[in-house]
Order: sequence, then structure tokens, then C-alpha cells
Amino acid sequence: MSQPATLAWFARHELNLAWRDWLAMMTAGKRSRERKVAIVLIVLAAILHLLAYGMVAGFADAGAEPSKTALIAVTGTMLISFSMMLSQAMESVTRAFYARADLDLILSSPASARRVFALRIGAIALATTMMALLLAGPFINVLALKAGTHWLAAYGAVAAMGAIATTLALALTIALFRTIGPRRTRFIAQIIAAVVGAAFVIGIQAAAILSFGSLSRFAFFRSDAANTLAPALESILWWPARAAMGDAPLLLVILAAGLGLLLAAIAVFSMRFADHVTAAAGIAHTTRRQRAGAVAFRTVSPQRALRRKEWTLLRRDPWLVSQTLMQILYLLPPALLLWRNYGTQTSALFVLVPVLVMASGQLAGGLAWLAVSGEDAPDLVAGAPLQPGAIIRAKVEAVLGAIALVLAPLLIALTLAMPAMALVAAIGCACAAAAATTIQLWFRVQANRSYFRRRQTSSRAATFAEAFSSIAWAGTAALAAMGTWLAAIAGALALLTLFGAWLISPRSQP
Amino acid sequence: MTIPTKTTTPFALAIGGLSKRFDRPAVDSLDLTVRAGEFYTLLGPNGAGKTTTLRMVAGLLRPDAGSIAVFGIDALAEPVAAKRIMAWVPDEPMIYDRLTPYEYLEFVAGLWGTEAKRAQDQARDLIGWLGLEPHANERCGGFSKGMRQKVALAGALVHDPRLIILDEPLTGLDAGAARQVKDVLLERVRAGASVIMTTHILEVAERMAERIGVISGGRLIAHGTLEDLRQQAGTLGGSLEDIFLDLVAEEEAAA
Repeated sequence: MSQPATLAWFARHELNLAWRDWLAMMTAGKRSRERKVAIVLIVLAAILHLLAYGMVAGFADAGAEPSKTALIAVTGTMLISFSMMLSQAMESVTRAFYARADLDLILSSPASARRVFALRIGAIALATTMMALLLAGPFINVLALKAGTHWLAAYGAVAAMGAIATTLALALTIALFRTIGPRRTRFIAQIIAAVVGAAFVIGIQAAAILSFGSLSRFAFFRSDAANTLAPALESILWWPARAAMGDAPLLLVILAAGLGLLLAAIAVFSMRFADHVTAAAGIAHTTRRQRAGAVAFRTVSPQRALRRKEWTLLRRDPWLVSQTLMQILYLLPPALLLWRNYGTQTSALFVLVPVLVMASGQLAGGLAWLAVSGEDAPDLVAGAPLQPGAIIRAKVEAVLGAIALVLAPLLIALTLAMPAMALVAAIGCACAAAAATTIQLWFRVQANRSYFRRRQTSSRAATFAEAFSSIAWAGTAALAAMGTWLAAIAGALALLTLFGAWLISPRSQP
Repeated sequence: MTIPTKTTTPFALAIGGLSKRFDRPAVDSLDLTVRAGEFYTLLGPNGAGKTTTLRMVAGLLRPDAGSIAVFGIDALAEPVAAKRIMAWVPDEPMIYDRLTPYEYLEFVAGLWGTEAKRAQDQARDLIGWLGLEPHANERCGGFSKGMRQKVALAGALVHDPRLIILDEPLTGLDAGAARQVKDVLLERVRAGASVIMTTHILEVAERMAERIGVISGGRLIAHGTLEDLRQQAGTLGGSLEDIFLDLVAEEEAAA
């Protein structure tokens, strides 16, 4: 047995907690679900491998001397993955500083804060790599099976990317901490994480739209323009791609670089970990002043008071602002497509409809959870002289109002270009938002607003129902925009999803 | 400050045969009355059913049986009408971290449909009385427990309730904050409001309450003035602490 407070002891403690946390998240805390979860994971892995098989066949023939096109595609895919890994790592590093959890206990003990920090950063690198591998694994396996085991080197390349992403995230967060202070860092780091995660995908999509009028990033990777702009085959810039494709010496180089950078970052930054955590802890006890002006209350109806309160809280929620910003960022490529094809290629605009509808459903789900389940003063609101139905109505109105505000600019622009399609998109957005909100109402629980990030853990069923519903409404709207009767079938499926959600929801139980 | 008293009933609160069962009976055929303009304190050991009783009165829990009347209004049949004239302050302050005290009070006034000018004057007075002026435009997120409790109390009073229900409002407050809260409550009672409050601080009950109820095992085992309780407990000249401990021990022995 290892001695308490050693690195091995901390590692075992952290691993134990992480495993229990993951298991609780997957099974919603019910042991009876473990077997079902295992079956679902196996089925999911099989489906992902099948999908991967269909998608990567084109790269399977790329051997030890890959073509420029293959190198561009692999490098592009790695950059997209890296931007997402960097986003996740930034999010995790920020949480390591700000989430109190057991830090007060650990820092008040004689254990070395440096060891704790070293271990937690290592855990972030591992988690970041594992998340990327969950998505990349099926593709790598299929390529290894179809084109040769040299593709297994991609696992090592992903590990190196995870280490570099964590190092960069750590350096960025600490730089923010030192330049703008702990209070602003939390907000800005979340925004940067959201932007970084979306920026590269959006950039490539924007390039694809401007070059080919298509949202497909692969169209850009395979284009002559990309081929002309790309450096020569001997360039050092291809090293990561070559390493991923099985060049063993290069793989060793990038693995050594990644792990070396991570270890150096831990060695440099862990000295000040306790200082940063203490500074971050201080912000819980500081107050933020609002603009002090003449106090002028307005006579409003209780419903309006509720709506105003919800909007104020939504506006002041940094996590929500960053998430909404990310949703809006993902709407930028379709907006660009709309602008580019305005008045000319109307057929290209069909792609906008499902994107808008999907965004509406996803945003509504999050906002509805915050407004309905994440009410911080449930007794106050329940104790107000209002019928329960009126309270819920006001909250739903607040959610739908916020969605309308976010989507209105694009819908108005679409109306100017193609009124009929805008109408279909608007109806689809309304249906998706209403369905996601309804699902949140059926599955509502009493939770602290700060649990928003982990709202999925309270009900897997609600999460899946919300996602399937949004997809079904997006499909319905897309088909309706094309004018095919298949939209009716997709619509029926969307309604069936909603009915299924009601059947399994706690509200349907007597 | 004026508290309208339109109804003719002498009782601010009349509870009859109130029962609520969770795994075991939490409140068991409870009868209790609070007179209009009275300061009433409810005492009891942990798990006695005090909070459950008050939550049912505030309309936050549905009783299994019994009746609740607030100034003659049947709170179970007409919950909205009853809620309009009462306020509930739980032991854990219900406030929003991202609103300032003024914004919070404006929200609560809006929820109760209070006329803006009246609510604004009330808010200004309450912020002043409770010593919250320096923090009135700061978000509540960084407030101490005492400050949060004062903001919650101001919220409860901003719509001029006729019946104020408080569950352990003084827990965790320092002496100064506790004094401010007690002063505001007594001032409200002088203005005509009725207060029912639970507390574990027996000295507070002894000093502030006109009548005291002792609840144990979900039932009211004794009630009245301090003198009445002394007689019921047979502890002549004893402190409220002695009386309370005797009554509860007697009840537990009988159970």
C-alpha cells in the first residue's frame, strides 16, 4: 500500500473518484443500469466503426509516402481535433482553478499542493486525449484494418496532441490569470474555449463557402486551391500528419515534444498553483457592483417580473453567454452562405433551415433547464400569489423570447432572400424550441443553477430525447423546405419522439 | 407603514387537524392559531415538524389532511388569495447571486404585483433599516450569510404582508445582524402584522414572542404565554429552556 500524500496515493484517489464520477454520469447513479450502459457503449462503438468505414475509405491507400492531398486532409482533420482538444483542456484547467470541491481540504492539509496540481494537469491531459480518441479511435481502427497497422501510430499522434493542447491551455489560462486577474479570467477563458473550439471548423467552412459555395470542409481540403497553397512535401509542417500515418521516427519526435512540453509546463506552473487557487477562491467573497443609478421600480405583472428576472440572470451567466456565443459562432457559416448566395443560388440556402432549427432546439433545451430546473429561489417563486401554470408560462415565454432574439437576425435575412423558406425555418425553430422546452418541463428537477454544465447527468433520457427531438425537427424542416411529402413522415417521427419522451418522463407516472 | 386588516377574524392563522406523512408522520393532527397582530414562536426539537407545518401554511407542501386559514381565507382552496397576504422566509435565504438587493426587491414586488411607488419606498426603507445601503447595488453573490438573510427578509417584507412566516431566521447571524432583523420584525408587529417564527434560540422566543407553541412528534404539546407554559410544565420560575426541555422529555417518555 502506498503512503498517504505521495504522488501514487493521490493518483489512486483521483482515479477512484474519476471512475465513480464517470459511472454515476453514465448510469445516473443506478447500479442496475451498468449492464445496459455496457451494451449501449458496445453498440455505439460498432455504429461508430461502421460510420468510420464509410468515411475513410478514400485515405486507406495512403502509404508510407502519402500524397499531398492525403497530407492536407489528415493535417486539416488533426487541426480541427486539436482546436477542440484545446477548447476542452482550457475548460478543464479553468475548472481546476475555480471549482472548490475538495481543494480546501487538500490545501489545508500538509500534502504538497504541487503534487496535487501536477497530478490534476496530468489527468486533464489524459481526459483530453481519451475524449479525442473516443471519436478518432474508430477511424484509426478502420484505417489500420483496411490499409495496414502503420495507421495505429495515429493513437500516439493523438496522445501528443492531447499533451500539447493541455500545455497550451495551461499557459493561456495562467497568462490570463496574471494579466486580467482571477475574476475576469473565468469568464474570458470560457469565451476563449468556446471560440477556439469552433474557430477552426468555422474558418474551414467559411473558406469552403467562399471558394465553392458549400459547407463541406472536405471539399476545401481536396481542392486545387488548398493544394496550391500547401507547402512542399518535405516541409516540417507535415510532420504531425506523417507521424499519424505511421512514420515511426517522426512519431517519436512529436510524442517526445508533446510530453516534454507538458512536463515542463507542470514543473514551471505547479509552483504557483496554491497561489492561483487561493486567488480564485477569493472571488467567491467579492462582490460585483452594478451601475448605481436612481432606484426606480416599475409596476409590472408577476409574469413580466418573472420574465425580466430570467432574462437578467441569463444575461449575467458567463457560462451560458459562452455557450450561446458558441451556438452563434456555428451559425456564422450558414450566415455567410446566405450572404454569398443572396439573390442567386437559392438552392444552396436549403442547408440553412436544418442548421437554424437544430440550433433553436439545442439552445432552448439549455435555457429551459436554467429557467425551470435551475431556479435558485424555488420557494420564493412557489410562494408568490400566482397559479403554478402562470409561473411555468412566464418562464417558457422567457426562454422562447431569448431564442427568438438570437435567431431573429438570420430569419429576417432569410425572409428577404426566400420568404417561403424563412417561414418553414421559423416554424421549424418554433417547433424544435417548444419540443425541447416541453421535454425539460416533463423532466424537471430541483437543482442548483451552477449544475447546468452537468445537467445531462440528472437524466440521460431527457438528454437523448432533447437531442433526437431537435434532429427530427431539423430533418422535418429540411424536407419541408425542399417541398417533399417526406416531411410529413419526419414530422410524425418528431411527434413520436416527443410522445416517447412523455411516456418515460416522471410527469407521466401516476 | 399600515397593514390593511379587512377581515373580521381574530386569527391571522388558524390551523385545524393538519397532517402530513412522509416515511412517518411529520405533522400529526396539528391545531394551532396565531392571533392578528401577534408575535408567535414555534419551538421544537429537530425533526419535530415545525418546518413542514410552515411549508404547508406557505403553500409549498400539500397537506394530507386538515385545514389552513389565513385571515379567514381557506389557504388550501384559495392558495393564490392566501399567498397574496403572506410572506415566507426559509432558513436558507432564497436570493439570486446575480441580482443586486434592489433588483431582487423589485422582482419580489413584481411577483406580488405591488404598486411600484409603494414598493420602491418600502425597499428604500428596508434597505436602510437592515443596514444594506452600502451594498444595495452590488450583486448578492459575494454576500455573507447574514447579509443574504437580510436581503431575503427585505424581500419578504417589501410587499407589506399581513402574515410573516419565518423559519429559523436568526441562525448564523452575528449579534448586530440578529438585532436588526429582530427590530424590523417587532416594528412590523407594532404596525399590525402577525408573525409566526420557528427558532432554536430560546432566549429570542422568551423575549419577543407573545405566545409560544411547543411542537414534538408533529403535534402541539403545549402553547400559550411563558407563564402558561410554566404552569403546563409545572416548572414554576424556570427559564424557557427548562420548560422546553421538561415538556419535550415528558412527551418523548409518553411516546
